Amino acid sequence: MPPPSVRTYVESGDDAMAMTQVGARRTRGVEAARRRRKRIGIFVLLAPALLLYLAFVLFPIVQGVHFSLYDWNGLEPLTKFIGVENFKDAFGDPVFRGALEHNAIILVLSLLVQLPFALFLALLLDQRIRGRAMLRLFFFAPYVLSEVVTAVVWRQLMRPNGLLNAALSGLTGHETDVLWLANPKIVLYSVFAVVSWKYFGLHMILMLAGLQHIPDELEEAAAIDGASWWQTFRYVTFPLLGPTVRVSAFLSMIGSLQLFDLVYVLTGGGPVNASNTMATYMIDWGFRRTQFGYANAVSVIVFGLSLLVALAYQRWVLRRDIEGSLTALGQ
Amino acid sequence: MRRGLSKLMLVLTVLAVVAAGCGGTSSDTTEGTTVGTTAATTTTAGSVATTTTTESMEPVTVNWWHIENNDPGLSLWQQAADDYMAEHPNVTISINVQENEAFKTALQTNLQAGDVPDIFQSWGGGVLREQVDAGLVQDITSLAQECIDQLEPGALTMMQVDGKLYGFPWDLGIVGFWYNKTLFAQAGIEAPPTTWTELLDDVQKLEDAGITPIALGAGDKWPAMFWYAELALRIGGAEVMQQAAINHNFDDPAFLKAGEMLQDLIAMDPFQKGFLAAGWDGPDGQAAAIANSEAAFHLMGHWAPGTQSANGPDLAATGELGWFPFPAVEGGAGDPMDAFGGGNGYAVGKDAPPEAVDFLCYLTSVPVARELAATGSRLPVTIGAEDAITDPNLAAVITARGEAPYVQLYLDQAYPPSVGAAVNDSIQALFAGTGTPQDVVDAVDQAWANE
Repeated sequence: MPPPSVRTYVESGDDAMAMTQVGARRTRGVEAARRRRKRIGIFVLLAPALLLYLAFVLFPIVQGVHFSLYDWNGLEPLTKFIGVENFKDAFGDPVFRGALEHNAIILVLSLLVQLPFALFLALLLDQRIRGRAMLRLFFFAPYVLSEVVTAVVWRQLMRPNGLLNAALSGLTGHETDVLWLANPKIVLYSVFAVVSWKYFGLHMILMLAGLQHIPDELEEAAAIDGASWWQTFRYVTFPLLGPTVRVSAFLSMIGSLQLFDLVYVLTGGGPVNASNTMATYMIDWGFRRTQFGYANAVSVIVFGLSLLVALAYQRWVLRRDIEGSLTALGQ
Repeated sequence: MRRGLSKLMLVLTVLAVVAAGCGGTSSDTTEGTTVGTTAATTTTAGSVATTTTTESMEPVTVNWWHIENNDPGLSLWQQAADDYMAEHPNVTISINVQENEAFKTALQTNLQAGDVPDIFQSWGGGVLREQVDAGLVQDITSLAQECIDQLEPGALTMMQVDGKLYGFPWDLGIVGFWYNKTLFAQAGIEAPPTTWTELLDDVQKLEDAGITPIALGAGDKWPAMFWYAELALRIGGAEVMQQAAINHNFDDPAFLKAGEMLQDLIAMDPFQKGFLAAGWDGPDGQAAAIANSEAAFHLMGHWAPGTQSANGPDLAATGELGWFPFPAVEGGAGDPMDAFGGGNGYAVGKDAPPEAVDFLCYLTSVPVARELAATGSRLPVTIGAEDAITDPNLAAVITARGEAPYVQLYLDQAYPPSVGAAVNDSIQALFAGTGTPQDVVDAVDQAWANE
């Protein structure tokens, strides 16, 4: 998942200095020309990135929407226009609805399990203990691995006679023979466990960074006023961690909706579609069954859902966090 | 003024970097993921490949996508390409090796872009037909005339669509049971079963002896499909199978019966632990389970010994591996000699140069075919190569292949891709216990109706 975007503020220091020095001779025309040049400058610098975005993000989306209206096997010319049939079929397919459910389950579990655990670890590793740098490194390390490598490794670990079962047998004393990836009832949770293992380090680091920004004086003041650890956490630390938690949650949600690599390599969608996500479902219908029109429809649905979640979240939850940057625009 | 200039420099730098990053040529997309060895220089067609030759012949590049990602096939094909290039210095054969499933996905991407490899792996059937309809493969009927006689006529039909040839077959085999003789002896099984009932009895004997009877990679789905297809073939017979492909449905009662009989086997719980997630290849796969003597037997095609020895001890070398054909099913309308199988072919892409066909002639010529036979992992279709097969198991397979009145092609290749996927998925559900035999029939009918 990409790191959170850095908020940029438009620096207007130079202009302020110029204005005080030449204030008397400042005319409206010069002022306007200066602003126009500035805007052109911004646009020119944005142009390459904008072009790339248009070509590789917006255009494929438009193309995808276009293809989703056809019955197309990817090889023949685009002739069979069927309108929104593909979308109707998608929502009517129990396998797709199952995939949607799986995405939702992973999303909710991520929020309920990964984030609190990451927060807990961050609080622990914020204390001055020996070797905390090493511990932070260890916990963050899984995030550095690529998703494919993670999946390949865990696939071997989770074999019936693999290391995971062997370790559990040793730890608990009795024979652990769980079919982590072969039992359709638990395979989704096995996948979730691997996803958590990989990403909790990221959230932990984000929380740690957030914790650094809380001034010590506040916590000390609370301590002087006689607050217990829990009260300090609840009334001082956690509210100030708000922006970080909200960003973490956002990343987690979008990541859960688009989960693909890990699932595809670990289980391929799981025995009998038990660990299917919308993305693996889409690849199956597109590349394996060569129903590209239908697969495009699924991708449009995923896009729509992600966009909806992202916009709704930005509007209602992240509002106050980004308000400052929005009003500084154009100053 | 200076600020404006520095901004301009910045923009130019960014544009330069972007342009460099976007400067890929078509040769990049055809390379794809390359596992193992790649041949020498690879450039887009038309550029001068070598500087040493003084021949007046145009340098030609032939892109070859194959899936022999394990030895002996990997080295053998590389050797064949090198030998051909030595004799034809103006031809460069650029090899791209991938694993089976990865190849299918990568090829699809290329086909969609219209960037068809010159020679690529094909199993014929409905998939080839789709490619023919889209105009992506070349009709080489005339180009191949010079060397077509070296191949068995029956094998040619695999790469033919409506009478025209679109590639060369180079391997044809049938599916059968590969078993571990030691484990069979341990369970007290004196001879391989000849009927379905005997097979079920033998499974019971193995279970009683504490041996896992069958290895199955149901995670990959197609190994599970083999069981269903064979039963359907035995119960319904060749005509029913052929009719199903014409009628576009599985409505004949034979298919329902096949599912029900398969359920009898599944109810005995004869498969290895975690078989639902296991694949064919790989350390946790079906081949590994057999190679490591963790299971007694499995239903697989003639490439089984090769993949087995790549994942564990070579049972064939120690004489522990045996082969027997799929048994007769009592009361079935099918001929017990009918075979289920298929082969491998190389299809020729629409833009391929004539040298590609010439290379394929070389690849299927008697000397190369004999080498292929000697590896014991493939069954060539070149006339005159059969006696190079020393392995008794493969000799049994090739005999059965020759005697089979009818060979049914793998269902997920014979039918269009979406139907094949429906077959595989619904059969996997059958094995998982989440689907019924009727569900298989319904899923297939539905997929065909949507075609």
